Amino acid sequence: MIKLKELAAGGDLMSPGHRLCPGCGVPPVMRLAVNVANHLGYFPVIGIATGCLEVSSTIFPYTAWRCSFIHSAFENAGATVSGVEAAYRSLTRKGKINDKVCFIAVGGDGGTYDIGLQSLSGAMERGHNMVYICYDNEAYQNTGNQRSSSTPMGSNTTTTPVGKVSYGRKGQRKDLTYIMAAHHIPYVAQGSMAKYNDLMKKLETAISTEGPCFLNVLTPCVPGWKYDSAKTIEYNRLALETCFWPHYEVIDGKWVLNYKPKEKLPVEKFLEGQGRFRHLFRPNFRYVIDELQAEVDRRWGELQVRCQ
Amino acid sequence: MKKNYLEVPYQELPMGILIPEAGSAAEYDTGSWSAFYAKFWPERCIQCFICWIVCPDSAIIVKDGQVVGVDLMHCKGCGICPAECPPKANALTYERKEQSVV
Amino acid sequence: MSQLLALTGNEAVAYAMKQINPDVCAVYPITPQTSMMQKFADFVADGEVDTELVLVESEHSAMSATMSAAAAGARSMTATSACGLALMWEILYIVSAARLPIVMPVVNRALSGPINIQGDHSDTMGARDAGWIHLHSECAQEAYENTLQAIRIAEHPDVLTPVMVCLDGFIISHGVENVNIYEDEDVKKFIREYRPRYSLLDRNHPMTFGPMTFSDSYFEHKISQMQGINASPKVVLEVGKEFKQTFGGNQCYDFFEAYRMEDAEIAVVVLGSTAGATREVVNDLRSEGVAAGFVKLRMFRPFPSEELAKVLLPLKAVAVLDRSIAYGGDGGPVHIEIRSALFGKPNPPEVVSYIYGLGGKPCDNEHVRVAFEDLKQIAATGKAKQRHGYLNLRS
Repeated sequence: MIKLKELAAGGDLMSPGHRLCPGCGVPPVMRLAVNVANHLGYFPVIGIATGCLEVSSTIFPYTAWRCSFIHSAFENAGATVSGVEAAYRSLTRKGKINDKVCFIAVGGDGGTYDIGLQSLSGAMERGHNMVYICYDNEAYQNTGNQRSSSTPMGSNTTTTPVGKVSYGRKGQRKDLTYIMAAHHIPYVAQGSMAKYNDLMKKLETAISTEGPCFLNVLTPCVPGWKYDSAKTIEYNRLALETCFWPHYEVIDGKWVLNYKPKEKLPVEKFLEGQGRFRHLFRPNFRYVIDELQAEVDRRWGELQVRCQ
Repeated sequence: MKKNYLEVPYQELPMGILIPEAGSAAEYDTGSWSAFYAKFWPERCIQCFICWIVCPDSAIIVKDGQVVGVDLMHCKGCGICPAECPPKANALTYERKEQSVV
Repeated sequence: MSQLLALTGNEAVAYAMKQINPDVCAVYPITPQTSMMQKFADFVADGEVDTELVLVESEHSAMSATMSAAAAGARSMTATSACGLALMWEILYIVSAARLPIVMPVVNRALSGPINIQGDHSDTMGARDAGWIHLHSECAQEAYENTLQAIRIAEHPDVLTPVMVCLDGFIISHGVENVNIYEDEDVKKFIREYRPRYSLLDRNHPMTFGPMTFSDSYFEHKISQMQGINASPKVVLEVGKEFKQTFGGNQCYDFFEAYRMEDAEIAVVVLGSTAGATREVVNDLRSEGVAAGFVKLRMFRPFPSEELAKVLLPLKAVAVLDRSIAYGGDGGPVHIEIRSALFGKPNPPEVVSYIYGLGGKPCDNEHVRVAFEDLKQIAATGKAKQRHGYLNLRS
């Protein structure tokens, strides 16, 4: 278990001065990732798909990355980092480099669940020694909150807006962590800053494990979810306590539940205070909350069975 | 940075689509974004480092293994660190900056 | 000791790749490139190369991984055709902007629709503005030699621009020829060891690759990029000269081959395998007393406007044969460039356009002959009855 103080002693591989929104849920996760890698003695090479994080952290001529960074396009974080890892393997084999480097691919839910799914799947299947971190803010937030396949039912997004005949996003969101577990890779995990020690441990495991590893991390978005910026970590906690975003791991195919709330809160505790769900509290849309609750319960039940 | 790449002629840009100066964003002021900031009370701090890890802007200053302050050139006044600082310490408070209206 | 082997164009290029021994090769199969990949995979399986062969799940990923491997300091290659090139289209632009010296054999095949797996130039012509250098090959030997030279051209410090080595699908890629494969050691010495400008893997110099830009610097970045491809013609000639001196081959080592053009009155401009048929037709015409010649264009990008204009200017009539169409434009891409090259020059020849060979439609001697017969008419009357024609089209 790495202590925060020890981690801080290694410096910060992500500098301040990036343009992410005040209160953004993404950078604490990324800082943990690169700093844990650094603490473990690795030089991280981070490859990020087009999106909030990539755009805001590398506006020419400013870069917030003190490690190496590569961005090429939206749908190819998996393939891009595969290439760097392949080069590392090749050059190490030929004796041209001799260093401890780790490879972290990062994408938002847009660039991972949707357009980047193929590239991610290929990279994981080929067995590259890399970690893929998906920062899930539940919509295409960089372009102004358009729905993705990770957007929860009932969300008000600009492409699933609330209107005279619509309650927002129809249908249930995809479960990407399950899809990654089906790739039978050494390590798959779901976590968030609600339990940052647990997240840190997951990052440590993923980075140290040989082979492809995948982490899905919920990262609240202030302008997209529409809430008071001070509440980012609080919303991560509510997502966990309502079992909307459970924390679990799949270690070599074995499913392990990391946290079971003593008292499972109703999902509306998570929805409350978020502007994107405000309309669901009107009498005519209340049934959507019920449907969402039923789905959360169903998935939570299924997860518990798997983790036995 | 040695040159202002937004003012030089194209012949002086770094070759290829690169930023060769790692961490150059630290030179960019994001502290002026907000009318609010986090005020640090050193005598109340219990050095738990929670603020350091939850800050989205790497704006908690750590020196010689101790949290010593908030980097106002980069603090965006989001309010997370005052919210997350353990109640028994309450070493960070959410404050409004003194503004002069010209 | 160089070996004379009976090889298909694809196998010849695979041999070139074997001798180059790239650090990383990320590929995806597509007809008619597949047999090149398969031959190279045999070399990998037998340990004759120590390339990291990454079998990606799409061409988009192939170029993405090849590019990022190059950014990590590895000598990287990939290969594709048609729709595969189309799928990696957005990445082509990024590679050239990044000034990464990637060499990619492209087995020219028709773009869909309708779907067709045979040879034409619509794929690489569709990517003509992507900032890559284009070298076209007439035969397997030339494809082999172009691939080797491409490494030196791309990696030259004044150039640092990616190169596409083009060979016609099926006609060259799958046709067997006698190919002279040069001695491994000589080739290794010629292509030299790769010294990358930088590497993402270097912890002493962390790099940020692919930043976001706004209108305050994008334009400057794109014009800066041009410096590489603009410096390449000189290097193409230098490398060609050195190659010829080192290996003593008899392919084209210049921007183009000007065949019997010194006293020609009519000529055809053509790329790729059809140059073979054209050469025979020119010889036949000459024996009939016609002052015919032809130009086989090897380097399409950058376009050698001045040099081509010089060779074509003295003629009465020129027919440009395009194996692709620029819909809504003036015929085909090569025709458009040649008209542009001749514009403003004193007494230019009549220039007419022929589209031929789309989707692998044969263009044999009899069809090339049709273009020359038309040219004879134009030279005699001083005027072209029509500026656009098609060879071997049922209409």
